[in-house]
Amino acid sequence: MTSPSPPPPTGSEASARDSLAPAVRVLLSLAVLGAGVLAWDALVRFKDIPPYVLPGPGLVAATLVQDWPILWRSLLTTLLTTMEGFIAAAIGGIALALLFNQSKWLEQALLPYAIILQVTPVIAIAPLLLIYLPQQTAVVVCAWIVAFFPVLSNTTLGLNSVDRNLAGLFRLYGASRMQTLRYLKLPAALPHILGGLRIAGGLSLIGAVVAEIAAGSAGAGSGLAYRIAESGYRLNIPRMFAALLLLSMAGVAIYMCLAAVSHLMLRRWHESALGKEK
Amino acid sequence: MIDYAIASFPSGAGPRAGDAVSLKGVTKRYDRDVAALGPVDFNVRKGDFVSLLGPSGCGKSTALRIIAGLSEPTSGRVQLAGGGRSIGFVFQEPTLMPWATVRDNVALPLKLSRPRGADIGARVEVALARVGLAEFAAAYPRQLSGGMKMRVSLARALVTDPDVLLMDEPFAALDEITRFHLNNDLLALWRGLRKTVIFVTHSVFESVYLSRRVVVMTPRPGRICAEYAIDTAEPRSEDFRTSAEYAAYCREVSAALSRAVAGRAPR
Ligand SMILES: Nc1ncnc2c1ncn2[C@@H]1O[C@H](COP(=O)(O)OP(=O)(O)OP(=O)(O)O)[C@@H](O)[C@H]1O
Ligand SMILES: [Mg+2]
Repeated sequence: MTSPSPPPPTGSEASARDSLAPAVRVLLSLAVLGAGVLAWDALVRFKDIPPYVLPGPGLVAATLVQDWPILWRSLLTTLLTTMEGFIAAAIGGIALALLFNQSKWLEQALLPYAIILQVTPVIAIAPLLLIYLPQQTAVVVCAWIVAFFPVLSNTTLGLNSVDRNLAGLFRLYGASRMQTLRYLKLPAALPHILGGLRIAGGLSLIGAVVAEIAAGSAGAGSGLAYRIAESGYRLNIPRMFAALLLLSMAGVAIYMCLAAVSHLMLRRWHESALGKEK
Repeated sequence: MIDYAIASFPSGAGPRAGDAVSLKGVTKRYDRDVAALGPVDFNVRKGDFVSLLGPSGCGKSTALRIIAGLSEPTSGRVQLAGGGRSIGFVFQEPTLMPWATVRDNVALPLKLSRPRGADIGARVEVALARVGLAEFAAAYPRQLSGGMKMRVSLARALVTDPDVLLMDEPFAALDEITRFHLNNDLLALWRGLRKTVIFVTHSVFESVYLSRRVVVMTPRPGRICAEYAIDTAEPRSEDFRTSAEYAAYCREVSAALSRAVAGRAPR
């Protein structure tokens, strides 16, 4: 999944970019996207590229419609895995960060494992997990492994970056641990937590896909990644593209959902969610 | 010629009955080598307005944090009348919770300590009205100016009706006009409520204008090297700021501060 990179700032500062009306910005993105598709189409037509090398956008769209029943079920399977992995990562990451925040001992004891899990490429762990666990569980665990670390580290960062004086104020008024957590640490950490979740959303999709690919045809897997692998073996390139397209649209949708949630939760006070004025 | 009554007296008489705050031989060392404060002996009478004046880094904030119990002294003893449960603290920065409205920020001390029978809403309204921010109760801190945020912080310190008000350079970051305004507001508050106030500043002018006692500290590790009683007609007004009496006090305190700094400079 690739995220669209912002256009390079032109001229003086970023003022030109900031002054674009929202409608214009959307139109611009759509126009660029449309131009890309047209160029793709033109390339396939004029170079006479056969569909088993590079199918044109029309063919991909047609395949998407034609294979919709299969692809739709695969999409649901992958999304379900992603969601389970994401929720497990969110709960696990936040809970672990809260534990670490309450006890330095626990942090010292467990952090190395979290880091080892994070730095070991999931593609290398997936085959092992598939041996030890039932396939569906293994796939969810993969999604969890990839996604939980950003939640953990962001939440930890947020909990630790509480204003020292505000913390002093809470002590001065005799706040209990629970009160400090609820009224000070969690709200202060919220922007960081939401940032972590936003990263975790995309990553859990990646984790799910990696695990599905690793599972390959061995299991009864029917997720989108399995469809991609399967289509590859059968040289059904148009369906491969259609599945790929669905996958990246799912990624974009997940990202936008989480960004919207983040915006809604922070819109009243946090700089990141404030407009240019007021 | 008027003979100004400028008294300079040794500090550190033992704790007396009317003392709100009493420090005895208090020192603070942060790391192995950094002696930040003291030893300091220091008493503040109930209802008094005392300024702590000293060069940057001499340990004023440290002293205030120790008095509030936010930091442990390395040695020495701190005593507060009533066990120190009744303290209001104003930090150098507004130190507001950005995610909470002005009302919730001011209500925080009440919410945390839940005094019996307190009508939180009513007390918050009173505290906000006192600093002139009643209409901004529903605003978020980002919607306020720097001076308004400072006043919210003041309202928060006052909402529990504390006996002792500790203020750490609360107006240092403000422009002069706003500062003068808040100075007068603070004086009016103090006259009305008779809190014990300990006010940290590095402005000679502010300390003389506000307080009844100015305590001058040496560079790090800060000790008390001089004290001045500012005996002038109360209530003070803007006229005091332009009087010859005020100028004389300022000159005197200023000279003491220079002596304190020079005494330690060649090292
Ligand atoms: N948390 C800390 N850890 C280590 N050293 C500290 C810490 N806080 C303060 N110090 C040291 O203690 C000394 C006194 O600091 P303090 O903040 O009390 O000074 P101050 O008089 O309030 O200065 P200013 O007027 O600049 O606010 C400083 O020289 C600083 O080096
Ligand atoms: Mg200070």
